[in-house]
Parts: sequence; structure tokens; C-alpha cells
Amino acid sequence: MKYNGEHLLWGEAGHFFAVLSFVASLVATISFFKSSRNNLLAEQQSWIKLARISFFIETACVFGIFGLMYFIISHHYHEYYYAWNHSSRSLEKKYLFASFWEGQEGSFMLWNVWHCVLGWILIWRSKKWEAPVLSVISFAQVCISTMLLGIYFFGWKTGSNPFALLRNELNAPVLFTNPDYLQFQKIYEGNDLNAALQNYWMVIHPPILFLGFASTVVPFAYAIAGLMKNDHSWVKAAIPWAAFTGAVLGTGVMMGAAWAYESLNFGGYWAWDPVENASLVPWLVMIGGLHTAIVYKNSGYSLKATYIFFILSFSLVLYETFLTRSGILGDTSVHAFTELDMSTQLICFVLIFFVPAMVLYFYRSKKIPSIHKEESSYSREFWMFIGALVLFLSSIIITAKTSVPVFNKIFGTKVAMPEDPVFSYNQVQVFIAIIIGVLTAITQYFKYKNTHKKVFLKKILPPTIIALIISLCISLIGNINYQIKGVGFMIAIHIAMFAAVYGLVANLAYLWIGLKGKMKSAGASVAHIGFALALMGILISSSRKTTLSENTTGIALLPKSKDYDPQENITLFKGVQTDMGRYDVTYAGDSVNNSNHKKYFELQFASKDGREKFNIYPDLIKNNKGAEGNSANPDNKHYWNRDIFVYVSAAQNGEQDDTSQYKPVAMKAGDSAFFSNGIIVLNKVEKNTDSLNKKLLPGEVGIGMNMTIISKDGMHYKAMPVVALKNDALRNIPDTIIAQSLVIRFNKLSDAGGGKIELGIKEDKSIQSIITLKVYLFPFINVLWIGIIIMVAGFIMSMVQRIRTGFKMAVSG
Amino acid sequence: MHIVALVLIALAIATLISFMGDVTMYETIASAKQKPGKAVTLIAKMDKAQPFNYNPIKNPNYLEFTAIDTLGNSIEVVYHNTKPTDMEKSERLVLKGKVEDGKFECKDILLKCPSKYKDDANANAKNVSASVQ
Repeated sequence: MKYNGEHLLWGEAGHFFAVLSFVASLVATISFFKSSRNNLLAEQQSWIKLARISFFIETACVFGIFGLMYFIISHHYHEYYYAWNHSSRSLEKKYLFASFWEGQEGSFMLWNVWHCVLGWILIWRSKKWEAPVLSVISFAQVCISTMLLGIYFFGWKTGSNPFALLRNELNAPVLFTNPDYLQFQKIYEGNDLNAALQNYWMVIHPPILFLGFASTVVPFAYAIAGLMKNDHSWVKAAIPWAAFTGAVLGTGVMMGAAWAYESLNFGGYWAWDPVENASLVPWLVMIGGLHTAIVYKNSGYSLKATYIFFILSFSLVLYETFLTRSGILGDTSVHAFTELDMSTQLICFVLIFFVPAMVLYFYRSKKIPSIHKEESSYSREFWMFIGALVLFLSSIIITAKTSVPVFNKIFGTKVAMPEDPVFSYNQVQVFIAIIIGVLTAITQYFKYKNTHKKVFLKKILPPTIIALIISLCISLIGNINYQIKGVGFMIAIHIAMFAAVYGLVANLAYLWIGLKGKMKSAGASVAHIGFALALMGILISSSRKTTLSENTTGIALLPKSKDYDPQENITLFKGVQTDMGRYDVTYAGDSVNNSNHKKYFELQFASKDGREKFNIYPDLIKNNKGAEGNSANPDNKHYWNRDIFVYVSAAQNGEQDDTSQYKPVAMKAGDSAFFSNGIIVLNKVEKNTDSLNKKLLPGEVGIGMNMTIISKDGMHYKAMPVVALKNDALRNIPDTIIAQSLVIRFNKLSDAGGGKIELGIKEDKSIQSIITLKVYLFPFINVLWIGIIIMVAGFIMSMVQRIRTGFKMAVSG
Repeated sequence: MHIVALVLIALAIATLISFMGDVTMYETIASAKQKPGKAVTLIAKMDKAQPFNYNPIKNPNYLEFTAIDTLGNSIEVVYHNTKPTDMEKSERLVLKGKVEDGKFECKDILLKCPSKYKDDANANAKNVSASVQ
């Protein structure tokens, strides 16, 4: 059948590029490898020429795929499944890139692009290491490009073609009997980007994170190259790359945390979710490798560990790709990425790098130089190695826990995470934090090889004492009283606080004592200062996180369960002021923004001491893509020393059509009347009282009906409808008791006489809009974010410094 | 040096072993009922035929419903928190908690919606086909 309005050329070109990039990267791999194995300079040169040309073709293809995909998405060519499934015509322009990497294929494309960019930097700078390093990276490119092929080999589908057509992918045969299927509303409009992902973080977080992931391949490739050539001089060149990963992947991970904190309803910035762990673990191992590499460069120790760490860091990126993208985490993660049924291919991807790398390592391990003499325990290399080992062990523990579903699959067991999975991570990682904090404090005060004991003690003493004093102050007056998990854990938090303060103070002091203010070589100290600050921020903000929304409304609470009672949610009626800790909060209204599917709630916070008033606007996004209901987006009120964090955990709209009528009731003072949920008492009729006069305009006279409403559950409410008179014109001011959906107004003086008044009583369901809120107070969360920024700056400083000295040595040598 | 490294590795292994002591097991509702008071993890879904009790006005932190597993056994679940959005539509609930007095005291609910983040091809096809016919 001939379909109308399709643009098939672009997709064909795209698929051609995908296949060509696979072939070109294969040629590049072989040529780089041939060049690295050849001893004749002329042949080396000719192979490397071919390799560079292939790598260039591959890069052109990868960018071609990227450009074509963006073209298709931005022109809304919905005959392509990917464009249809991840974008829509009404989507805001700025999110088109987000559509690009919402799907699995887009993520692999991103990864591919970064590998090409990094590859060219290496071709430009890495000199004699170019051939072996690039042969490893090109091979990684071969593997990633198979993810985008979507071609069957012997009945086995490899990858998924991002340019697949909608009519081949979507199982809707009726639809495709129509040559004008593109004109159907649902096809024309597009399936849209997931509403929860329509967020600026989604535009910037994935590219940075994937640059971080992609960069782990460089130290890995250097390590493999070193093993192949039996030449270990590569370590110096790899150090700036490890620092680069430290900076970029660290930024990527924490951007994810900031995203979770600012706009997802996980209730914080870190939940030890498998997907979060997946990005943290390669970072930890890479930081371990960075440290052992520096140890090797300065002392000759730790070369084997450096090999292991660099091999593992990249392998773990691959493993975590498998974990998060194969769907195996289904029951343990709140995220659930696509299940494209590529599990086998993803497992192969892990093994094809990890297994040969380890085989090569053990084959060569006897020839890897290592110093048999034990390091002195008064040497810097000793403690740096211990620190790297602790980071590595910590990442092993995290990986083992995250891999529970994998063990279940392999061994057929039925193990699930503990009852409190977050605590199961925290109770271990707090000790890791203590060790790392102390090590970052003391290690730089040691010299390589050996340190004079007295000199060391003399130098370390002042920062130790200062840190002790400061952390004691924090412990004593900081009111860290986190007993939910027992006294032991609380003590651990206090010790960790000392370790963090120690790391901060000792590294600050080292800038003067050790470096004499030479900021050029201060990268390590700056990174450690940032790390210590981040640790302090984490400890304070989590251990002193308080729930403001504890249920204080007095609305019939059920008894708490024995050992557990979050009661963290509070219900607010529209227009009713509610007590919330040191604030009074009013749900003032809501508004819907149709362009981004969001419903904003206006919450007015007023502190009880009357000092401050502010509004917070959390929102709910209407889900799309066939899912019903809403996702919550929190809002924060930022102070320099704390954040108030609010999200709507549930909302219920009042009925829209208000058909109920005012029911007339004649009453006099002291009378009572029934309504559906209790009784209404008219206490007295007020004239000329203060509370009445406040409701009147200048020149008006009026009367107010002072009433009490008693509901069935015994709650008392006050009400005072008013009628005002000015120049023979009546103005009616009804009163509303929102909690009881009740509106009362003055009708007229009763005909029956006897001082009776006729009131109108309406039970109005439309006023009963309610929301359920969760409100947290995170103290000193900014310390965490500032710490991360300083740490990243430290990595960059140290990277620049090492590139520069390497360059100088190359010039002078 | 080696001693410190070995001690640290031993500690890491000890940590993992103690973790094995903390883990819960996936149980069926029938087997969970046999082990009252023990922390377990259930995979079930909401039984829509049974009444379900959640009133945010009365108490936003109390949810009561009946869960049913694939073997057809059911149990009443009490959850002291807000009702997760879309719980009724979820095909799979992962419930952590323990059985107490014949009720399942739930501490954590994880929803698995057929098309929350996923590009569920079948859901897409259903969604589109429905609008065409």
C-alpha cells in the first residue's frame, strides 16, 4: 500500500548511517589494533591513517544519526516510531532534546557521540598511545553501534533501530489499512514526552551523565593498552582523565540528586534507588583508581590496584547499564526503563569487555612491577591506598545489594531487600564516610615514602584540635538527636560529623601549612574540602530532616501502630488555615497551566511569630502516554540555612457543578437547627461589636448572626453571616464552614414575627477541595550543593595542573 | 599494609553476611500468613471487588485495602501513609511489611504501572487502536 505524507528518505539515510558506523568502527578497531601490533614505522603509519579515516567516517555517521534523529523529531515526522513515541506537536520546543534521550536508543546515541568526541581528543593528544587506546575505544563503539542496528542475525535481533517506522512497530493493523493514517489525531499529535520528564533537568542531566559514563572508557583503554604492550608508563597520562571522570560523572550524579530533590516526589535527594547506585558506583571505583594511580606515579606502589580499578570502573558502567536497561530491577526500583528485550545483548556487552580484560590482567600480572617491601605506615601512599580500598569495598557492598534481583534470577532464590532498604545502605555507608573523612584529613600531612613521626604529629595537631572543638560544638548545640535507628547509629552520625569537620579543617589548614597558599597545586585539597562539606551537608540535612506536616489537625486520628507511625501527611481544606509546626498554612487556591499539563497549588505560609509570610507552589502534572492520574512536583522555599520542601501527595477536587440550594430556616437567638452532619446554634444577634464592624464598609450599618456549628464528631466551628445596610441597599455577606461544606447567609426577617430571622443554609460540596501535603524541613542542604561544586572545581584544578605539568615535561624533555 | 587491607576486606564480607541476615523474602500471601511478625515482601495486586478505605479528610495517613496474589489468596492490608496515586490501576504491587493479627501491616508500597515510564508497546497499540475504531 502507498501511504500518504511519509518522509521515508530520512529514515533510510539514518539506518544507512547506523550500519555504516558499525562497519567503520569495526574497520577502525582492526586498523588501530594492527598499527599497535606493528613494529615497522611505515606500516604503523599506514594502518593508523586507515584507522583515522575510518574513525572519521564513524564520527560523521554518529553525528549524522544524531542530526537526522533531531530533524525527524523537531519536524514531527510521526511515521517514525521513536519521534511519535517520545514527542508531540504541543511539546515545548526546549524539551525536544529531552524527547531525543527519553528512549533507550537516544541514550546509546548520546554515549556514541561522546565516545567520538573523546576519541578525537585522544587522537590529538595521546601520541604513542593513540593506536592501542583507540583500538579499545573503537571496539566499544562497535558494541554500542550494534545497539542501534535493529538487524536480525540468524534470527537473533541485535539492537533496536531508532528509525523504525510506526507502522512496523505498532500492532494496530486496522490503523494501517488507511493510507492517510498519519492524519489520525493520536498519530498526528504524537504520544508525547512523559509528563514527569518534562523538566529542564531532563534536558541537561542526561548529556552530562553520559559524558561521565563515556569518559570511564579512557582509563580503561589506557589500562588495556598498557597490558597489551607490557608498558606501564601510561598511568601519568590517564590521571587527568580519571580526574575528568571524577568531575563530570560526579556532576552528573549530583544533578540527578538535585533533580530528584527539586522536582520528583521521592522525598529527598537520595534514596539508594538501584538507578542512583548505578551511577554512583563507577564513580567511587574511578576515584579509587585516581588515587592509586597517583600513588603509583609518586612511589611505584599500587600499580596492580590501578589496573583493577580502571578495568572495573568501565566494566561497572556496562554492568549498571545492563541492570537499569534490562528491566531486571522491576520490583526494586521506582524507575523502570524500557524493556526492549535486549538483556542478552547487554550481558554480552558486559562480558566481552570484562572477561578478556581480566584474562589479560592475570596473564600479565606476574610481569606487572610491584614493590615487595611493605609501605611504611607513616607514608602517604599507604593511607591513600587504604582510602582507595575502602571506596572500592563500599562500591562492592552497594553493588551486591543492588544486584539482589540478579542473584535471584541466577540461583532461583526469592530474596527481597530488607524492610528498610535505605537504612540498610546508610548503616554501612556512615562508617565508610567516617573512614574516608578521617583519611582525607590526615593523608596529605604524610609525605611519600616516609614521614618523620614528630613532624607529622606537630603539623596534624592544630587542625585536629580545631576540628574536635567545632564538631563537639555541632554535636552539643546542633541538636542532632536521631534516635529512630537506635543509639549506635546516632553515635555513628556524630563520629561521622567529626570526620567531615576534620576533613574540612585539615584540608583548609593544609592549603597554608603544606602548600603555602600555592593554589595551582591545591586541586586535591580543594576537592577534599568540597567532599567534606558535602558530607556535612548530607549528615545535617538527613539527620535533622524534620516533618512539618505531622498531623496536628486533630481530625480523628487512628491509634498509632506499635513501632511505626509516619503520620507524615496532613490534609488541608481550601481556604482553611491549618497549624503546621511553626507555620500556619493556608491552601489558597489552584490554577491549571494547560501548556505544561501542570496544576499549581498556592500555599500561603505564615510563621506564627508573624515575622514572615511567603507562598509555595507545588504542582501536580497530569500523566500522559495512557497513564492516568498525576505525578507530584515539589516546591521549595530556600533559606541560606534551610529549605522547606513541600509536595502534594494527594488532591481531591470539589464537585464542579454546584446545584444545591439555600434551605430556609427561621431561628431566634438560642434556637438550633439540624444539618446533615450535626447542628447549628444561633447564639445571639450582634450589633455594633468589634468583630462585626470589621466586616462592614464605611457608612454601613449591619447585624451579624453569631453562630456555633457542632458536627457529629464533636467539633465546634464559629460562624457569623452578616447583613449590611447602606442607603436602603442590602449587602449580604454569607459565611462558609469549609470543613463541613456549609454556607450560611441571612435571608430576611421572618414573617412570623417574634424576633425570628430567616437564614439560608446550603450544603455545598463544591467548596470541599482538599489536598494532602507532605512538608519537610531540610536544614543546611545548601552545604551539600556547595560542597559538590567545590569538589568538582577541585577535580578540574587537579586535572588542569596535571595536563599542564605533563605538557611542560614533554616540551622540556 | 596487607594486614590492614585484609582486615578491611574481612569487614566488608562480614557486612555483606550481616546484610543476608536482614533481607526479607518474597512470600506468597499464604506463606506470609504462616509467619506472623516476620518481615516479608509480597507481590500482589489490589482486589477491586473488596471495599477499600481511604479518607484523606478523616486521616490522610490510613489506607486499608485487600490484596490478592496470583494464587488467589487475599489479605487485608493496612498502610499508614497516603494512598499511592493510581494504586487501583497498578497491575503489580510490591508490599513490604509483616502479618500481624491476620492483617498485613505494610510499611512500603512500590507500584508497577504498565505504562508509567515504560514504552509499553501493547499499551500504546491499545491506546491508539481504541481511538481509531
